[in-house]
Amino acid sequence: MRKIISLVLVVVVAGLSFAGGGQEAGGAAVEPSITLTIESWRNDDLSIWQDVIIPAFNEQYPDIEVVFQPLPPAEYNSALNAKLEGGSAGDLITARPFDASLSLYQKGYLANLTDLPGMDNFSDVAKSAWQTDDGAETFAVPMASVIHGFIYNKDVFDELNLEEPKTVDEFFAVLDAIKDEGTYVPLAMGTADLWEAATMGFQNIGPNYWNGEEGRRGLIEGSEGFTDPQYIPVWEQLARWAGYMPNGFEAQTYPDSQNMFTLGRAAIYPAGSWEIGLFNQQADFEMGAFPPPLPAGQNTLYISDHTDIALGMNPDTPHPEEARLFLEWMTTEEFAEIYSNQLPGFFSLSDHAITIEDPLAQVFLQWRQIGESTIRNSYQILSRGEPNLENDLWNYSAQVINGDITPEEAGQMTQDGLDQWYEPQR
Amino acid sequence: MTVTGNRFRSYIAVFLLPATAIYTMFLIYPLLGSLGLSLQETVGQGGQTQFVGFANFRRLLTNENWAPGFWNALGNNVYFFVIHSLVQNPIGLLLASLLTAGKLRGQNSYRTALFMPTMLSVVIVGFIWQLILSPIWGVAEGFLGALGLENWFKPWLGLRESALTALSLISVWQFYGIPMMLFYTGLIGIPDELIESAYVDGASGWKIFWRLKFPLILPVLGIVTVLTFVGNFNAFDLIYTTQGTLAGPDFSTDILGTYFFRVFFGHQLQLGNPTMGATVATMMFLIILAGVLTYMFAWRRRVETYEM
Amino acid sequence: MKIAHDVRSVRRRRIGRAVTHLILLGFVLLAAFPVILVFMNAFKARRAIFSAPLALPTRETFSLVGFETVFSRSNFPIYYLNSVTVVVVAIGFVVFFGAMAAWALSEYTFKGNRFMSIYLAIGIMIPIRIGTVSILRLMVALGLVNTLWSLIFVYTAQGLALTIFILSQFMAQVPRDLKDAARVDGASEYRIFGIVLPVVRPALATVAVFTMIPIWNDLWFPLILAPSGRTKTVILGAQEFLGQFVSDWNSVLAALSLAIIPVLALYLVFSRQLIVGLTKGALKQ
Repeated sequence: MRKIISLVLVVVVAGLSFAGGGQEAGGAAVEPSITLTIESWRNDDLSIWQDVIIPAFNEQYPDIEVVFQPLPPAEYNSALNAKLEGGSAGDLITARPFDASLSLYQKGYLANLTDLPGMDNFSDVAKSAWQTDDGAETFAVPMASVIHGFIYNKDVFDELNLEEPKTVDEFFAVLDAIKDEGTYVPLAMGTADLWEAATMGFQNIGPNYWNGEEGRRGLIEGSEGFTDPQYIPVWEQLARWAGYMPNGFEAQTYPDSQNMFTLGRAAIYPAGSWEIGLFNQQADFEMGAFPPPLPAGQNTLYISDHTDIALGMNPDTPHPEEARLFLEWMTTEEFAEIYSNQLPGFFSLSDHAITIEDPLAQVFLQWRQIGESTIRNSYQILSRGEPNLENDLWNYSAQVINGDITPEEAGQMTQDGLDQWYEPQR
Repeated sequence: MTVTGNRFRSYIAVFLLPATAIYTMFLIYPLLGSLGLSLQETVGQGGQTQFVGFANFRRLLTNENWAPGFWNALGNNVYFFVIHSLVQNPIGLLLASLLTAGKLRGQNSYRTALFMPTMLSVVIVGFIWQLILSPIWGVAEGFLGALGLENWFKPWLGLRESALTALSLISVWQFYGIPMMLFYTGLIGIPDELIESAYVDGASGWKIFWRLKFPLILPVLGIVTVLTFVGNFNAFDLIYTTQGTLAGPDFSTDILGTYFFRVFFGHQLQLGNPTMGATVATMMFLIILAGVLTYMFAWRRRVETYEM
Repeated sequence: MKIAHDVRSVRRRRIGRAVTHLILLGFVLLAAFPVILVFMNAFKARRAIFSAPLALPTRETFSLVGFETVFSRSNFPIYYLNSVTVVVVAIGFVVFFGAMAAWALSEYTFKGNRFMSIYLAIGIMIPIRIGTVSILRLMVALGLVNTLWSLIFVYTAQGLALTIFILSQFMAQVPRDLKDAARVDGASEYRIFGIVLPVVRPALATVAVFTMIPIWNDLWFPLILAPSGRTKTVILGAQEFLGQFVSDWNSVLAALSLAIIPVLALYLVFSRQLIVGLTKGALKQ
């Protein structure tokens, strides 16, 4: 007993002096005198920042130490808010698109970067997700967008003599063929996490129905609504997916779906381009990708090319000049090149002409040439009120696939929610 | 009691001071500041607030955007508590009484092993059970299959009808150790002579338990119930880890803790609402306070007099 | 006649004992199975985890790739040291200060006793997360952000509420003769507290274990108050492998195993040293 107590005491004393001493050493042992901390939700990217991006920056600015400090994605918004309010947040802050960041800017937690040199390397569309509603002030450097579509197992397609579907009818013919053959799950997706139903489902295939930006602006202006004929069929298609999803998909989580596909058990994965990096590592078969199939009567392809991630500056940073230097560096071609190639599937939003080497990422990127880009329709303005549109889309889309409500009910309930608070929709 | 009178005695202050100081500074003070938010409303974009009296509470309990969510969460929470009371606490009592019945070989190893789930992080428990119940991994399905019951398998965590029950049982699995330990501590405190003399009188083990031991550990049952109540109405992590902030499917697993988190910190595109969040937290506080006061004034007093 | 009766009762007792063991073994299995499942699969290659989750690792399926990832991408030894330090210091504070306060509340009648009992119980009734921002501001003001002290103080404050609540119940059950005898001998109240403390050791151990669990397993406050690499705790370190976009199950299972082992060890220390062997002493004097 006494032995254990003394052992514990030794550990504790060591631990505390370590913690305290470490603190002092951090302040006193001044190698590079300036340290910038980046807050981020991208904990998957930690090693790429540590090994590639920050060393590249340090080649030009060896005196500025940069620490990438990711938080678990699910905790990011709440933890970041608490740290900003408590005054302990990092110098550079990874910004979600639209209102989440806009509200931070309005509360004075993000600095105005409108006149940052290099900002003109980004188009207005690229910047729109991190600007005030009138577009006058920009508060973050856009980093990347992600594109939706379907990733498929080429080996399975070859084995079953299938071709990439172009239309919705062809899509279901392919699904039927896989299902009838019986070896593979046609669609690797579940509804347990809700967001996949909305993001990989509704927002993925929807733009082809509501004509991309035209429909998105129509909703904001109030000229279109979720009970219109360009919205209900989106849920109708989702309801049909259920028949091709795995048994027990109601309890299948996002990592379940990823593993199911990369282990070669499923043929098609409704995807976002951010999956490419992980899938390249984990899948030992060749992969291809096709854009959301066109419904009957639609001749133009619309893809969800969603502005997803940007970097802003904490106005309370003790090193504003160095932080701006880093942000400026992020507007350069060098950064765009490194970022897009190290993280295939995250496509730089800058105007620099860069080459992407990953073949699968190239496929996604090509769709920008053959189709029209749009962003998710719930992100700008429409998720500002209560009930929250994005939450409703997650919940109702999952319920449509689960068969708990009909597409018409989903449209009606989504519209009712919007009607409650959004003037142009009343 | 032994020492009476209202004369100020300095040693009482000494005994109370360190705990009260740390507790007040690092718990009460921050909580007061936050609970005060429930009487305020955010105005403008900069996050300034103004005093609005009880308007937030009226909104929470009657407004069509707030009330259904709140009552749904409260109802689910009551269900969550009922399952714990009916399953977790009896299991705890059963195991504690088995552990203390006579001189059982391996008593300590049993107790240690049985307490294991309680030691695990909820993050880990949620993840493990999600795996076991996952239709992809097939552990649960395989088990049922071995018993010839594979048709009984359902994706329980994903179905509206069964998700909350499944989660309640997972939580029971994790926490039955706490009532077990409390009952155990109470049972080993019963003097051996009492039990031995009952055996000499020829009473059966069953009879000894219900006539002798159970009345003596009634105070522990009180603590266990009130701790379960407090724990359940403060629960959050398990549902947050397995079902996410939206407590799907269709909010069927939403309890007050997840509802509070969503309102206070926001979710995806839903911005956090500190004032309404504080209102929800204050309601939770009042509900729990009501339970604890009931215990302190009614149950404890009755049991104490019963014992004397 | 008497012998026959004895034989029957001995047999009945044997059957009773066998049933007891059977039930306990069943529950032990139920308690241990999920944990064993994690350990087992942590040592298997990814494909084997999915194709045969219930199988033990074999020569073909054995793999340490998960542990390699975890060790190359994070610093578990430091996380352990941090977690252990926080847990041990906080428990020390909680148990000692909590016992003092519980003793005052259960032993002495004084004005405000009931008020103090309720006041000190408030902490178990409010979701502590609501105070996050205020706590963080306080820590910034005290200069304690990114130190283990910030966690120790918050956990001590949180643990005290539950500890006092439970301990005052047990303190009230300490036999009167013991205290009265000491008082007759002229012992000071501090001395009497010192005499009573060993008597309630099982309760102290129980509270210590109860306090330890949420502290060890907490993710939220390490995230907010001490997220730096130097002060990260084990659960925060393991959480990095459990994020929303991580489906590298080798690392996940390895990280989980690493987070489980020390807490079990710590529990064994407390349980063996404090509870076992005290079963005879305790309240039975």
